[in-house]
Amino acid sequence: MTSSGRKPVVDVAYPAGGAMTETASSDRAKVLNKLRFSDVSFKFLTRAAAIAVLIILSGIIISLIHGSWPALRQFGFEFLVDESWNPVTEKFGAIAPIYGTIVTSIIAMLIAVPVGLFIAMFLTELCPMFLRRPIGIAIELLAGIPSIIYGIWGLFVFAPFLQQHVQPFLITVFGPIPILNEMFAGPPYGIGVLTAGLILAIMVLPFITSISRDVFEAVPPVLKEAAYGLGCTTWEVARNVVLPFTRVGVIGGVMLGLGRALGETMAVTFVIGNAHRISGSILAPGTTISATIANEFTEAVGDIYTSSLIALGLILFIITFIVLAAARLMLMRLNARLGK
Amino acid sequence: MAGPTTITPSTPIYAARRRKNFITMAVAYAATGFGLLWLALILIVLFWEGFSGLSLKVFTEMTPPPGSAGGLLNAIAGSLVMTFLAVIIGTPLGVLAGTYLAEYGRYDKLSTVVRFINDILLSAPSIVVGLFVYEIMVAQMGHFSGWAGAVALAVIVVPVVVRTTEDMLTLVPDTLREAAASIGLPRSKMIQKVAYRAARAGMITGVLLAVARISGETAPLLFTALNNQFWSTNLNAPVSSLPVVIFQFALSPYKDWQELAWTGALIITLAVLGLSIIARYLGGQSKKS
Repeated sequence: MTSSGRKPVVDVAYPAGGAMTETASSDRAKVLNKLRFSDVSFKFLTRAAAIAVLIILSGIIISLIHGSWPALRQFGFEFLVDESWNPVTEKFGAIAPIYGTIVTSIIAMLIAVPVGLFIAMFLTELCPMFLRRPIGIAIELLAGIPSIIYGIWGLFVFAPFLQQHVQPFLITVFGPIPILNEMFAGPPYGIGVLTAGLILAIMVLPFITSISRDVFEAVPPVLKEAAYGLGCTTWEVARNVVLPFTRVGVIGGVMLGLGRALGETMAVTFVIGNAHRISGSILAPGTTISATIANEFTEAVGDIYTSSLIALGLILFIITFIVLAAARLMLMRLNARLGK
Repeated sequence: MAGPTTITPSTPIYAARRRKNFITMAVAYAATGFGLLWLALILIVLFWEGFSGLSLKVFTEMTPPPGSAGGLLNAIAGSLVMTFLAVIIGTPLGVLAGTYLAEYGRYDKLSTVVRFINDILLSAPSIVVGLFVYEIMVAQMGHFSGWAGAVALAVIVVPVVVRTTEDMLTLVPDTLREAAASIGLPRSKMIQKVAYRAARAGMITGVLLAVARISGETAPLLFTALNNQFWSTNLNAPVSSLPVVIFQFALSPYKDWQELAWTGALIITLAVLGLSIIARYLGGQSKKS
């Protein structure tokens, strides 16, 4: 480690007996200085790296603001509420992608949250022991599958299936019902807002399941056993003991999933149809913020076009930042309660 | 003495509770079946379509022009190179930052903020990372490049590594640190020689998870590394990558391209699943010891 051979590197205690020779003590001082230097510089390095994480985040925000400045200056607040998206006249507004992002995420959450919570309940309360680990692992592995896989499957398998079998059925069933017939109107394209929402649901399902399972498992067994001891059914335990105890964590997990759904790009881009309009029907093609950026960014000509796309990115980042920050705060509150 | 309130299984309220329980439990079973069904369907189709196109040519030939057969060699190579560079750039930064959070500043204000921000970066939309790197590198240099792609991926690696490093170092018992300090080891040496060694398996797991995460990332590469139909070793020029090729080929009208997209998707999935399984195995070992 050092040049001082086999002598002890750090000799903290004073030598008990025997005077040190001149050279030995100067050697010792040298070694100690060297160690002190490496000690201080290592601490400095780690601190700098920690600060670098903050710099990355502020870099993202600053660069997005800088990049979107031309568009924001030209369109002002109009950008947020304008529906037009016209590269020829260079008139851009963000409301259609924002609408698509929110609607697809809502569809995804409406399906994935109840299903995910029920699966988590199954895994923590009902599942036979020997199946718990395999199913749990399968779900976690599936959470790691890249979103582009869901996208390509959605495009080639799921969208045609919906187009031929599900959407015609929805159109005829909801046809005579007011309001709902608006939502399920139009020809079955296959690709569209509903398809994107469903793909997102399949994609965030593993996330929500694995987080809620972890949260459910954190409930102290004593609480559950006490409720069972009173004669509660499994459902009553889940509903009246597990859920109230873990509510903050479950909401945190759901919002984490929502953050994923809002920012998801590839799974959506394949099946949304990339149409810049707001349609009352969820069967119609639409677009989301991330899909718009992915589809158009490399082809965007002109500063305003590029800048408008970056402004979309800024809006997306702000939305997801708020959602994710809220999610983390809630999960932190749950952990604080558990004394972790 | 005996009141009229004796409860037997046939008491209406009791039966109602049991019925409600039965229904919800059935729903839980159904939900699990439903969830696993979709995920199984995706994998079955992926394997079916992917394996039917899998041949040696995929690994030896370049991406073809429209309407002809070919392979994915340049895309695979591009992905490997950029992933490798991203890990080389991102890991040291992540490990050092994680070290600060777990060792030096476990309870200080800076760490609380960094931890919070890091968790947000962990799930921030990856397309935004692409825009960020486009702004700081592509726009400045004036052209798309493999380096920009690698940096974009590195930005995604950092939070994953920070998080796992911190978690693993926190698991190292303080008695080990105290033992090291008691024989006079300076703190930095204690961290490097004792804490890192104790947490090694977990930290490697973190890096593997990060690799798994970025090997399928498409969005940040779309407008940083762009794409390249040919073999290229120049990292200052656009570089092809597997996910971007899949994206382009899948959306094309050509049968050959679509088939290659499925095969590429299968390769990525196998790589990601393999990495996650190895990571899980290593992680399980570190927890045991």
